[in-house]
Formats: sequence, structure tokens, C-alpha cells
Amino acid sequence: MTWTPDQPLIRMRDVHKSFGAVPVLNGISLEVMKGEVVCIIGPSGAGKSTLIRCINALVPIDSGSILVEGQELHDPRLDKLALRRKVGMVFQQYNLFPHRTALDNIMMAPIHVLRRDRASVEAQARALLRKVGLEGKENFYPGELSGGQQQRVAIARSLAMAPDVMLFDEVTAALDPETVKEVLATIRELATDGMTCVIVTHEMGFAREVADRIYFTDRGVIVEHGPPAQFFAHCRDPRTRQFLSQIL
Amino acid sequence: MKTPASFPAARAAPSALRVTLAGVPALPIGGRHGIMLAVFLAMSMAVAQAQTGPAPPSIIATMLKWTPLLAQGFALNIAMSFLAMAIGTAFGFALGLGQISLLAPLRAGARAITQFFRNSPWLVLLFYCMLLLPFEVRIGNSIVALPGWAKATFGLALPVMANVSELVRGAVQSIPSGQWEAAESLAFTRLKTLRMIILPQCIKRMTPPWMNLYAILTVATPLTSVVGVSEAMTLTGDILSSEGRTELLVPMYLYLLMWFFVYCYPIARATAALERRFAVY
Amino acid sequence: MDAVWEWFRVLHATTGIKLTIFYDAFDRARFFNGFLTSLRLMALCLVCSVAIGIIGAWLQGARSALVRATTQAYIQFIRNTPPLVQLYFFYFALGAYLRHTNAAGLEVPLVSNFVWAVICLSLYAGAFNVEIFRAGIEAVPRETLEAAEALGYSRLKAYLHIVLPLAFRISLPALNNNLVNLVKTTTIAYAIAVPEMLYVANQIWSDELNVAEMMNVLLVIYVGLVGILVYGMGRWERRMRIPGYTPA
Repeated sequence: MTWTPDQPLIRMRDVHKSFGAVPVLNGISLEVMKGEVVCIIGPSGAGKSTLIRCINALVPIDSGSILVEGQELHDPRLDKLALRRKVGMVFQQYNLFPHRTALDNIMMAPIHVLRRDRASVEAQARALLRKVGLEGKENFYPGELSGGQQQRVAIARSLAMAPDVMLFDEVTAALDPETVKEVLATIRELATDGMTCVIVTHEMGFAREVADRIYFTDRGVIVEHGPPAQFFAHCRDPRTRQFLSQIL
Repeated sequence: MKTPASFPAARAAPSALRVTLAGVPALPIGGRHGIMLAVFLAMSMAVAQAQTGPAPPSIIATMLKWTPLLAQGFALNIAMSFLAMAIGTAFGFALGLGQISLLAPLRAGARAITQFFRNSPWLVLLFYCMLLLPFEVRIGNSIVALPGWAKATFGLALPVMANVSELVRGAVQSIPSGQWEAAESLAFTRLKTLRMIILPQCIKRMTPPWMNLYAILTVATPLTSVVGVSEAMTLTGDILSSEGRTELLVPMYLYLLMWFFVYCYPIARATAALERRFAVY
Repeated sequence: MDAVWEWFRVLHATTGIKLTIFYDAFDRARFFNGFLTSLRLMALCLVCSVAIGIIGAWLQGARSALVRATTQAYIQFIRNTPPLVQLYFFYFALGAYLRHTNAAGLEVPLVSNFVWAVICLSLYAGAFNVEIFRAGIEAVPRETLEAAEALGYSRLKAYLHIVLPLAFRISLPALNNNLVNLVKTTTIAYAIAVPEMLYVANQIWSDELNVAEMMNVLLVIYVGLVGILVYGMGRWERRMRIPGYTPA
């Protein structure tokens, strides 16, 4: 099935996932259009991390359907590697490779997975480091960088694969407040440049500012969703109201 | 997030190990313990010396006389230790990777082999290899004789293989799962992930226990004397029985112990220093 | 019971697998005695080496530098020299001087080979245990000891009731590993003619010419013994585990 940009880039329908006897996703349905920035918020344990890991098939689902650019994920013949070239992910714990420099971290996947030539990859990697504001840190090892710097290298690393959509799993949760700003600035820039983003976050101010839609999950279901202005001002569900009152 | 494995706290040695410019620990010459032992050896030799009559040659002269032969025997010990370590590490690495394989039968088989050879006493394995391996093998048209020390080396390589397998498995499992996730998200295959991301990080963690294993192997090589290999221990016994003097017993055995100590102690210190250096997690 | 023994005789008659330790009363008796000797050796060495470990760990914390240095020298010497050569040193070299004339006027050794084996193996495993216990004690955070003292515990009581129980649990995995190694190392007593399993098996296969069968039996028994020990220790470890406790 060929996908065209008028169809949703990501479409999840009634997705269920249990870990053993514990149900984590209880019928998730959401849609992300190309160029949209979607923020997913909710209390801890609501399944947000699991949800986002389903989109790049790190976690297989039990039932339901997930279409990414028309490709069904709930399919035993799924080409995971091809999927992950289209979907990039940034983690809460950065997960940089500690034994390689920042530049190497960014260059490794395009060279070894995409088999591109070293010269063009290096040029792109340096440009990406400049873009995330880390020019001059090419030869630093992750252990020599601050948390915020490491996270920006992680973003650059995912961008080097030229994905169609970027997933962010609570990427600022492990950072202290000053460094949170620099990482959010990087993501904001990505969003304004037109990258499709799915962001799991606790930063409400950031969500309100950057998101095109906000999804609120609780106990494995999407409770409510809408554009930020409408969502924050006129939320309908009592669970949403309770969550927002606790954190705002 | 899983935390990396941490090695047991390096015991504070009395004198710190100096690190040269290249980052390689300088080998200590002497060490308070070596000096104490040398003193003990000298004292025992003096006591033994006092007991000899005027006619037979002195203890020290006798020991020096036999030193070249002892050195030859010790060289065989070292050679066996190198060979057994090389063979054991090669097979053990493969076995360790088998233990983390995604194929359940391969995993179970590798685990069974590892546990079997880890639980067997080294001397029993040596006997097994010496007595039950053929004394010659036919390869193609030629017959190759398997000397005793070769069979013994193979017998020593088996427990080394099992220990290396456990080392590899432990090291791989101590790498945080986030590394695997990040590599997967970048579309690395499992093989590429292992080769480029997981195993390079494992090498550092595996080195101190691997060196420790080598030291254990080296001090296990005299076991081969029990199954008939003519190495340093056998030769010491031969020397003592040919000389037939009781006052030689203590000095000669201490002398042999010193040979091993002088070889193994620097390795132990280097291992401790590496442990300290690599424990930056 | 005789039916079981007869089965092995039949096995020999039909397949040629000669397991005289089952159907021959004499071999059965001496192998069983060898087995018991091995068990006695293992049990004694286990207990003595743990005792030496505790004493050594205490000595290593002594105020006198001479005591500390001597203990370290002992540990380094034992760890960096071959246990077999140590055994020969004790039995042949030291044993040559420890003789006395018995009632019949013969010179006999004062210490039997079994006792030398226990002494040597206990000192060997004890040296490792000292390190293990020391590492366990040092791994208990200083703050824990300080808190105990702040509550009014004397130094001794604090060690007894708080530090040592914690240190023990921390050392347990390494201690178990060492005890398993000790059980395997008891086979070197063969070299000084202690009639343990390997020695008796050697006698049997020299008489009966069934080397392969005896070697296999030995392997199975040792692997089984060690397996039981590992299993038992694992159960004990799990029972002693403190949920959620990770020392500094």
C-alpha cells in the first residue's frame, strides 16, 4: 500500500500490550500527520514509554494495528531495520556509546547501516553538531560531556539517519533545569523546521508552546486529546482536569 | 537502568603502582612482601647451611647448580600456561557468545558445557585428558604423536574455556540495556550491535578478571606433574631425590615457590591497578 | 539392593562397561570410603578456611603495621604460588622435620597426610576468604557505621549487630564461589596419597583396568557434588538477600 502525505504518518488503532499479566496499553488509538508535533502527557505508569516504543517496534504489540507510512507493524514479516531508518528515537538516558567520541556516535549508523561514504557522513555529522550547538565538541567522549550536551548529541545521532519522524521519550527528565532549556530549544528548532515529532514529556509549558496536538493518557488509554489552547483551557474529562491541577 | 558490574574493591596495596606515560602500569621490582619472603628464604637457607657438615657443597651452591634445569622446567610451565590460556580464551569466547544467543537450544547447550567444565576439578580433567585422549592421531596420511604436555595443556584449557565463557556472559549482561535499545533504534543488526558497541565495551570489563584467571592457571600448571609431565615441580622432586639431602628440602621448595611468586606477583599488582583504573563507572 | 548391584554385573557382561564399584563388594567399600574421606576433607576445609578468613580479616584491620604487613604477606604468598607446591612443601619439607619415634622405635611423622591436606587447603582458601571478607566490610558505607554510633552503639556492638551482618550478605556471592573452588581443589590431596576419591579411583582402575568408566564416574560425582553445593549456596544467598539494597 503506497502511502501519501495526506494520510496519517503514524496511525495507531486499538493497540493492546500486556507485560505478563499486567496490561499496559488498553486500546490506544492516535494519529500523527506529516509535519505535526504531538505531545503525549500523563501520570507515571500510564504506559507512555511503552506506547512510544511500539512505534519503532522496540516493543511488539499484542493486538491492534500500527501503521507507519502505510507499513503495518503488527506483522511477523515486518522489516524492522527498514522501519528504524524512517523512525528515529531519543531516550531519557541518552544511551550514547561511551567508547566512541561524539562525532563517531553520530557517524556510526550512517556508515555501517546505511553504507554511505565516510566523507559525506562526516560532513553531515559536523553540520549536525553545529546545528545542535556543539561545535568544537567533536572529539569529546560522552563521559566528558554534560547531560544536556549528551542529549543533544543523541538527538544529532538520530537525525543523521534522516528519519521521517522523531520519537522523544521524556528526554529532559534526567537533566537539571538549566540544561533542560538548551535541549528543548533544540527540539523546538526541529519542530519549526518541519520534522514530525512525537514527544513524551512532563514539560507542560513546552508542550503548550510547540505541540500541534496534545494526547493525555492514563492507565493505558487515551483519555483526551486536542490542540493545546483548547486542551489546557477547556479539558472535558475529570481525570485530565485532576492531572493538570496537580502539575500546573 | 541496569548499572554496570563493579569489580570487588581493589585491595589497598601498601605501595601504589606507578603508571608510566604510556598508561601501562610500571612493574614493581620487589614489593614489601617479596622482600619479606626473600628474607625468610635466606634465613631458612642459613639454618640449613648451619646444619651441613664441611664435606657436601653448600645449599646455595647446590641451588645454583640446579637452576638452569629448573629454569627449563619453569619455561615449560609458562609455555603450557600461554597455550592453555590462548586455546581456552578462543573457545571460551565462542562459548560465551553461545550463552547469549537468541536460539534457545544453542543457549542451553553452551550453558550446559560451561557449567560442566566449571564444576569439574582441574586435576580430574587433567587425568581424563591424559588417560583417555589418544597418544597419537591420524591426520590425513600422517600420524602425529601427542606428547604428554600437549594433552595436559588441553586438559588445562578446558576449565579456562568455561571460566572465560562465564566472564564473557557476565560482561555482556552487565552492559546497560539502554545501549542495546539505542543501537536497535539506529537499525543496527544484532551482530553489528555486538561487534561494534557491546563487545568493545566488554573488553575493558573483562581484562582484570581475565588476567586473574591467567594467574590461577599459571599456579595450576604444577598439577601436570601429577599426571607425568616433566615440568618444574617434577624436576624439583627429581633433584631432591637425586641429591638425597634432607636439609635441601625446605630451601628447594621455597626456591620453587619463589620462582612462581616472582612471576605471578607483578601480574597480580598489574591486575589490581587495571581494576582501579577501569572502575570509573 | 543386591538386585541393583547385579544389574551392573549384567551390564558388564553384555556391554563390557566395567563398573566394579557397584557389583564388587571390595571395590564398592573402598570407593565409598574414598567418597567419605573426600566429604570429610571438604567439610573440614570449608569450616577452617572460613575461620581463617574471619581471623585474617580482623587482623587486617589491626592497629599494628607489622601485623597488617604480615597478614598481607601471607595472603600474597598463598595467592601467587601453586597450591600443589605449597602442599608438597608442608608434607615433604616441613614434614621431614616433624617426626617422632613411636613406641616401636620407628620414626613416624607427627602429622598425618590428611591433616597436612586440611592445613594446607584451609590456609589456601583462607587467604582468599580474608580478601573477600575485607571487601565485604569495606563495602558497608561508613555512614551506616556512623549512624549506629550516633545511636549509642559501641564500636564492637556496631560491628557485631550491623556491619558484620551486612558485610556477610555482601560477601556471600564471592564466598560461595571460593567455597566451590575449595571443593574442587581438595583433589590435589591425591598427590600426598590421601585416600580420597581420586586416589581410590586410581587404585581401582589400576586393579580392574577400567580407566574410562572410573573417570566418567568421578566426573559425574564431582560435577554432581559441586552442583549440589552451588544450588544450596544459591538458595541460601536468595534467602539472605535484602530487597532493594545496593551498597555504595
